[in-house]
Amino acid sequence: MQFPREEYFAPGHRGCAGCGAAIVARLLLKVAGKNTIISNATGCLEVMTTPYPETSWRVPWIHTAFENAAATASGIEAAIKALKRKRGKHADKKINVIAIGGDGGTADIGFQALSGAMERGHDILYIMYDNEAYMNTGIQRSSSTPFMAATTTSPAGSKIRGEDRPKKDMTMIMAAHGIPYVATACISYPEDFMRKIKKALSIEGPKFIQVLQPCTTGWGYPPEKTIEIGRLAVETGIFPLYEIENGEFRITYKPAKRKPVREYLKMQKRYRHLTDEDIERIQRYIDEKCKLLGL
Amino acid sequence: MCEVKVITGTSAAAEAAKLADVDVIAAYPITPQTTCVEKLAEFVANGELDAEYIKVESEHSAMSACIGAAATGARTFTATASQGLALMHEMLFIASGMRLPIVMMVANRALSAPINIWNDHQDSISERDSGWIQIYVEDNQETLDSIIQAYKIAENEDVLLPVMVCLDGFILTHTVEPVTIPKAERVREFLGVYEPKHAYLDPDRPVTQGPVGVPDCYMETRKQVEEAMERAKKVIKEVNEEFAERFKRKYGNGLVEAYNLDKADTVLVAMGSVCGTIKYVIDELKKEGKEVGLLRIRTYRPFPKEDVRELLKDAENIAVLDKNISFGFNKGALGIEMASILKNKKVCNYIVGLGGRDIKIDDIKTIINHVEKAEDDTTLWIGLKE
Ligand SMILES: Cc1ncc(C[n+]2csc(CCOP(=O)(O)OP(=O)(O)O)c2C)c(N)n1
Ligand code: SF4
Repeated sequence: MQFPREEYFAPGHRGCAGCGAAIVARLLLKVAGKNTIISNATGCLEVMTTPYPETSWRVPWIHTAFENAAATASGIEAAIKALKRKRGKHADKKINVIAIGGDGGTADIGFQALSGAMERGHDILYIMYDNEAYMNTGIQRSSSTPFMAATTTSPAGSKIRGEDRPKKDMTMIMAAHGIPYVATACISYPEDFMRKIKKALSIEGPKFIQVLQPCTTGWGYPPEKTIEIGRLAVETGIFPLYEIENGEFRITYKPAKRKPVREYLKMQKRYRHLTDEDIERIQRYIDEKCKLLGL
Repeated sequence: MCEVKVITGTSAAAEAAKLADVDVIAAYPITPQTTCVEKLAEFVANGELDAEYIKVESEHSAMSACIGAAATGARTFTATASQGLALMHEMLFIASGMRLPIVMMVANRALSAPINIWNDHQDSISERDSGWIQIYVEDNQETLDSIIQAYKIAENEDVLLPVMVCLDGFILTHTVEPVTIPKAERVREFLGVYEPKHAYLDPDRPVTQGPVGVPDCYMETRKQVEEAMERAKKVIKEVNEEFAERFKRKYGNGLVEAYNLDKADTVLVAMGSVCGTIKYVIDELKKEGKEVGLLRIRTYRPFPKEDVRELLKDAENIAVLDKNISFGFNKGALGIEMASILKNKKVCNYIVGLGGRDIKIDDIKTIINHVEKAEDDTTLWIGLKE
């Protein structure tokens, strides 16, 4: 795949070194290009890119609140339609309306607004950048936090072994809305991610992509390992890459042989409390899920 | 030249939004507002109004969608009441902070608990400090006229603030009155097409809206909202005048309306439809040779301090009626504010009509009798059961 040269995500954000969210934004804008409007939920990405008077965004961008990136985007999309029809404004272009939010802003507090926007059939792409916790407020669990991961509100103690619930399956929940396109992606597979963005933007109607984004601070690993960890999440089957286009499911990357999940877990502080037995338990759970998906 | 229809307040609001040729409507039902967005849905379905109608899943999303649409340069409208307005609370501050000229009809209704669908002003009063201009209307004609005016005020470059037009639930929303409906072209001439010049979302001119406001800049943004509110007073008066010239109807000076104030020592101060009842009582008393005045507050935000001081400078007994209560202070919002600007006067406060409790002619008379005899600034709950 040819990577477009243009950068619509400017260098010099305030995120942590090795932040995967910045990579999400950069890859997203490379594909979406100039004719794009972004509606960004409150969270790391919004905070690190827009301390007034600075901005990392070279496309029109709006942040309103934490839980409503999809609802705000609904208004933007409706406005563009009305302005095109009534006043011929933007008549010459197709504008990509993209909402983007973290796992908290998407799977928890923003769930209702997202579900509403998707169900209504707005022509918008929703990107859930998934760092598996509320990072902006200092690493609290979300419903997208994986089983047994330690966060500040799901700490590993003598009685409880970190997060006690499995990760909520947002992509499948979105697929159940019957929208034309949903997919998972990971920043460590940029070509796969960019191809999915491109495809999503070529389809009219609501689209949803959940992109895994390792977070050096929240997961506890050295900044230079971001890409490697993301790759391991996919290679171990802990975060499978697939898409569902008009109801048709397709694995988009199939590891030749799945790596043991231990390799992935051992690199991160959020899992350092795990015993061999815990790791085996997680391995069994992953194996079962992968079997279902044909991995 | 124009048409007279006998319609409810919510229909009048819907007609006004249609006349304003709004581009985007975001709608979620709640009694007693619902019939407004139902009417608008009909207009859109019949092709009478060319607008995008977003059937949102909540009021929070209704306001979020309006913000997104207004930030993209569209003229937007929504309507709500009570719990719906409370659910919007967070987004109301964002709409004003982003300086978006959204217009909303609020069908005033009591807040839960206990759940109550009837009228008082607690819902919109609770949003007093949200940076929205608040207009309280007296009748259905004023509802229609005020919503049209609201766009002209909100979109004025000296203002750029959202406006809520508040009408009393059921008393106005569900009562039919003859309403003169101006011709669409004339409203179009009056309002013009909304062409935002400040920040809006356009790929040809990328701007970042709603960034992080660090302590170094946040306070200035708040001050700008306050200054815009101050400038809005002049704009509201001018819009009222221009509206009067074009449509032959005016509402006091836009901010306040004085009724029989000149000769009266006793003055009632109130907002909304109860002013109609008060005017009736005033006329009755006049026949008996007794002069009582009314100062109707039309715009509660911005608060017309200067006009109030000037108009009440000779008044001796001031009775402020409030359809809301500030718990722990035992006064309503208007009562507190009147007392704060009329320091050397007797200002009594009357809590009336909460949750739809009837305000009868006798209640108004009781208030007048009480304030005339009162020695100090008391608060009285009117119509309470023993
Ligand atoms: C209504 C509301 N509740 C809480 C917050 C505080 N808050 C801001 S960002 C955030 C967490 C964001 O988490 P996520 O969406 O996963 O994004 P991330 O920070 O990980 O990028 C929270 C709890 C808020 N801004 N608004
Ligand atoms: S906490 Fe994580 S997501 Fe947030 S800026 Fe740092 S690395 Fe990025």
